[in-house]
Amino acid sequence: MVVTRMGDGSFITMTEEEVQRDVEEGMADAVKKGKVEPLGQDEIEHIVEICCRPQKFVSVEKGNELVLTYDSGTLKVTRLGIPIGMPQILQLYERAFSADSLELAYVHYSFKPIKMIVPEEQYAVAETSLVTTAPLLYGAMPNLPLYTQPDGPCPNAAELLPAGKIEEARRGQEEAAEYAIKDMVYVSSGVYEAGADGIDFDTTAAAGDAEFYATLKATEQLKAKYPEMAIEIGMAGEFVLGFHGQLEYDGVRLAGLYPHKQVKLAEKAGANVFGAVVNTNSSRTFPWNLGRAITFCKACTEAAEIPVHANVGMGVGGVPMVMTPPIDCVSRVSTAMAEVVKLDGL
Amino acid sequence: MHAAGMGGIRTAGDLVARMQLSRKMRLNEAKKYVADKLKVSVEDLVDEVVMNELRQELDISTVYAGMGEMSRGIESKFKIAKLLDLEINSVQRFLRKTGWQQ
Repeated sequence: MVVTRMGDGSFITMTEEEVQRDVEEGMADAVKKGKVEPLGQDEIEHIVEICCRPQKFVSVEKGNELVLTYDSGTLKVTRLGIPIGMPQILQLYERAFSADSLELAYVHYSFKPIKMIVPEEQYAVAETSLVTTAPLLYGAMPNLPLYTQPDGPCPNAAELLPAGKIEEARRGQEEAAEYAIKDMVYVSSGVYEAGADGIDFDTTAAAGDAEFYATLKATEQLKAKYPEMAIEIGMAGEFVLGFHGQLEYDGVRLAGLYPHKQVKLAEKAGANVFGAVVNTNSSRTFPWNLGRAITFCKACTEAAEIPVHANVGMGVGGVPMVMTPPIDCVSRVSTAMAEVVKLDGL
Repeated sequence: MHAAGMGGIRTAGDLVARMQLSRKMRLNEAKKYVADKLKVSVEDLVDEVVMNELRQELDISTVYAGMGEMSRGIESKFKIAKLLDLEINSVQRFLRKTGWQQ
């Protein structure tokens, strides 16, 4: 019997045949929803073999290693309650955790609150850039809802839509997008001029198509201003929710796009790296979620011209939806993403 | 470095990451570019033994601080910029701020 997990992290046992069936069903779900190509038989068997290995921790064959970027980098240590500064956290990432890249991130991980403390963030970026060697990104979330009432100035689509005020909800989101673009460009410019190599727009489109639009526009403006700035657009979910429903970028309607279509717009806007996300279904098995995540990410990687780094964390990429992601699942996802998808990074 | 990471400055992961982030190179292209510049094989890029010696020789940071002999941080990035034929933002800023470049 194979010991594996459900998408909520609980242990289960399955036969090898059941693992294969779930991988195939997960794949079929991705094919149906995303209208992407299915995996080949050898790829399905490779995923099944990775799921069925008896070891707790598995890894790639030598030569299949990939690059790691991070989201909310410094926050991962801050959240542990270890009171050390951001430059020192990133020195630990570089020298103790073997990080390929670094990400500096403030506790209020959204552009709107950060715009008030840009000078302080610039100090942290400038200090870190002196004492670290690896590429340094500054990360934050576009987080469009912070611009809506009662937290912000714009009419709140979440209140207007249930009241049937569709047009008002759309105008509110468009207004919020303009505020978000300004803040993303202002903060990103500040930290880039302090010495960061670039920006990570993390959890992009969490608030749907208007937020994706704002991030693409901000990317476009930043690349026009600083052509050498590295920009990673990391998504919030596999599917762009259509809270607005009519917004387009470069003639493409944003609502409903899956990763293999999202990446093409990220490229158009000028992004250097795209962070693909596939949501984990907590009531399905790990093999089902992995088969599904691999299918979506393979389609995205094949469509992309820029590097693709899949999100592999709690509740995404096939990893169970728990606060302490189990290493048996994280290592299997990492291995499958590197060896089956031939991804550029995680 | 977890299950699949390259290993950062322990190996050559930071250099390959830099090529992805600055030049939009896909993984295999970035690995080959760095290997060619370092005059090693692609396989050597993730070998801690080979890369530790090479990084010491090139003086571009290793995980060990040593007795203060190794270059670190911005010192190493000056050499990495030259080695990989790149402009690194913090290096350019350093040059401007120290008056070595307008």
